[in-house]
Amino acid sequence: MNAMPGIFAAATGADSLLERWPILFRDTVAGFFPAPLQWLVGSLISILAIVAIFGGVFAALTLLERKMLGRVQNRPGPNRTGPFGLLQPIADGIKMLTKEDIVPRSADHLLHFLAPVALLAFSILTFAVIPFGRNLVPLELDAAVLYFFAAGAATELAIFMAGWASRNKFSLLAAMRALAQLISYELPLLLSFVPIIMLAGTLSMTGIIDQQAGWNFGFIPKWYIFTPWGFAAFAIFLVAALAESNRSPFDLPEAESELIAGHLTEYSGFKYALFFMAEYFGMIALSGMAITLFLGGWRAPLPFLEFIPSYLWFGAKLLGLLLLFIWIRGTFPRLRMDQLTRLAWKFLVPLALFNLGTAAFWSLTSGWSGPLQLARWGVAIALVVVPFVLLGRGLSRGVAPRTYRFA
Amino acid sequence: MLGSGLLQGLKVTAKNIAGSFHDPERLVTVEYPEQKTKLPENYRNFPFLVSENATDPMGTLRCVACQICEKECPPQCIYIEKSKDKKPDAAGKMQVYPAVFDIDTSVCMSCQICVEVCPFEAIKMDQVFEIATTDRFNALLLDRNQLAKPNSYYHQIHPTEAAEVDGRLLAERKAAEEKAKAAAAAAAAKAAAAAAAPKPVATPTATAGAPGAVAATVSVAKPATPPAAAPVSATPPAAAPAASPAQNAPASDGKAAP
Amino acid sequence: MTGLLIIALVTLVPAAVAMALRNVIHSALLLILSWAGIAAFYFWAGAEFLAFSQVLVYVGAISMVVLFAVLLTRHTRTDGGVAPDTLGRALAGLLIGGAVLGVLFGAVLSTPLPIGSKPAAAVTVHGLGVELMERHTIALLVVGVLLTVALLGAVVLAASDSRSGPEDAR
Repeated sequence: MNAMPGIFAAATGADSLLERWPILFRDTVAGFFPAPLQWLVGSLISILAIVAIFGGVFAALTLLERKMLGRVQNRPGPNRTGPFGLLQPIADGIKMLTKEDIVPRSADHLLHFLAPVALLAFSILTFAVIPFGRNLVPLELDAAVLYFFAAGAATELAIFMAGWASRNKFSLLAAMRALAQLISYELPLLLSFVPIIMLAGTLSMTGIIDQQAGWNFGFIPKWYIFTPWGFAAFAIFLVAALAESNRSPFDLPEAESELIAGHLTEYSGFKYALFFMAEYFGMIALSGMAITLFLGGWRAPLPFLEFIPSYLWFGAKLLGLLLLFIWIRGTFPRLRMDQLTRLAWKFLVPLALFNLGTAAFWSLTSGWSGPLQLARWGVAIALVVVPFVLLGRGLSRGVAPRTYRFA
Repeated sequence: MLGSGLLQGLKVTAKNIAGSFHDPERLVTVEYPEQKTKLPENYRNFPFLVSENATDPMGTLRCVACQICEKECPPQCIYIEKSKDKKPDAAGKMQVYPAVFDIDTSVCMSCQICVEVCPFEAIKMDQVFEIATTDRFNALLLDRNQLAKPNSYYHQIHPTEAAEVDGRLLAERKAAEEKAKAAAAAAAAKAAAAAAAPKPVATPTATAGAPGAVAATVSVAKPATPPAAAPVSATPPAAAPAASPAQNAPASDGKAAP
Repeated sequence: MTGLLIIALVTLVPAAVAMALRNVIHSALLLILSWAGIAAFYFWAGAEFLAFSQVLVYVGAISMVVLFAVLLTRHTRTDGGVAPDTLGRALAGLLIGGAVLGVLFGAVLSTPLPIGSKPAAAVTVHGLGVELMERHTIALLVVGVLLTVALLGAVVLAASDSRSGPEDAR
């Protein structure tokens, strides 16, 4: 009983027990092994923790998504399996595992097998550099941001493999769509976080989070999303991330209504589940990246809330972003292929380039204060809004509310 | 401006998400096995036999095994065997009852013709729909025990129609009683006249005359079901029964016409 | 040293097999594997930034372009490899290949590489940035401007379709 107030008193510190226990646990377990094996055991524990926790998050997310999509459509969502349908993921898992694994006779067997494996592997690789908490960085890399996008870029390759190896025209179409989508959206995705790197002056995730420490006026966090260029970059990042993770409304490669699930057409059973898992892992990883780059990572939004452990803050922000993704999925209809590429090349890329200029202006005027500070904000906001309005006008030129002549 | 439409869409779905939690009216799903919608009154599926009393369904079946429905049934799914003995019906008259009354629901097409032709209001349409069974031969062949359902159930599923039927039956019974009374009075008058006459004869009692009168009015007061027979057999026994068929005739005619 | 050997195998074997295969897609995928091997080599050599850039650019982007090009070219399953049916063609191939090999070897041999057991100082991203910005500023600027112009040119080319009617738009 005496220990409890002690824990809470020390909880505000960076090295409190609440913050450190995962590391302590890992080191204690690794301590049972001979010294040459300790690094291996430590790494294995980290890997196991990531796979177990995010596997659980994936399971919960499938249910959450179905529940929330149900609410969007005024349905209750799945509620048959267990209380409130909480056991639905288990039922889904058993179903997926026991289904027959069918490989088309004319498929490229090796690639057909490798595609889901590679996809999941690349998706899990991205988790390696995300800081999940104050002390919880699985792999501290100098060029962590670059690593993240390098690992993430390879996922679309796996989708291409799946689509091509199935030897099915829908799958092949899906593969080509996936390639086109990746080529189009890789650029805005990369351009959107270049301002962050410019301002933070580092490619390390920990460094970027450290740059976002502190509060303006004591209550506005110094997160990058609360700057004009940061907000614009976050919006671009969000759109591009949705496209990169093949989420609705950018789920053209797996459009159910046009391509009967595209590259997933010829997959069943556990391989299908792997694809599903990889999609959600990709979504979680990109959300984690967005949290790190724009939302202050694991930092608490207000000073007096710092007693809550950092990994819980990360979890809360992650949940918020995932809910946003689900909300978006439940709202927007799918884009057409030409609309997709048009949006990327004629809107997002120029906007991201303008945003780069805004960030440069922000960086150059960091010394301004007093009334100049107001001018700085005004100019930066104008630099964000004016291109948005102009480019948006160009994008929607000639588009009026549609009239159906033959309806 | 670009994006305003997107925000509007997000607003709509956000309203749905939040609204479905605080306003249960939004959730239109009926969770079927636990909740059921109230079926419309005119919904009908498969016939059942009406019995007057829930405690003794076999004893109070309205059916008198006349076999009209068996003959009329287009897919021939009704099978009736008459009883050898007689039992008193609701009105107290001795009647034959069905010893066997089977309906094969795998054949029945819910056409309602048996209901249309029944002169005794003994067979009516049910509202069952959960009729799946594990045995497709015996479990779908319903015998009279399974078919018999009390009049209160009939009131429950088709309230309007049941009230109308009950009213008609009551009127018929009343008319029968009045006729019996009239017959008794006539007999009494005859007896009185006979008494006045030099040689008095033992008069038949009113109760003895009543059953015959009831049987007559029952067949008469259902003019609608065999439409051609109605005007022919429509003898005007009293004012009340005459009003009742006139009231019901158009509806019944309409149903029976095709 | 074993690490380097494995990396070399991962890099060279797929490259060699890619040349021998009839299936173009398989060749392309093996080529991508080979590029990944090169990235692994950079990583092994301590050039983290370069390794990730290699993956991002080659495995992530250029592979897409290669695959797209392969998918858009007409090819049937019966297509055989192009046989060196004439002596001239074979000679030309050998000559060009040999020339490339010679240039590469010449470049490698003429570079004064420090030989010794002293490990090279790890190059951080910061160091790399400073190096690029201070010693190679002009080159960086020129390349940057060139690439930006190319990008803008692509956007302009894509944006200047004049036949976008109201039905066609969006």
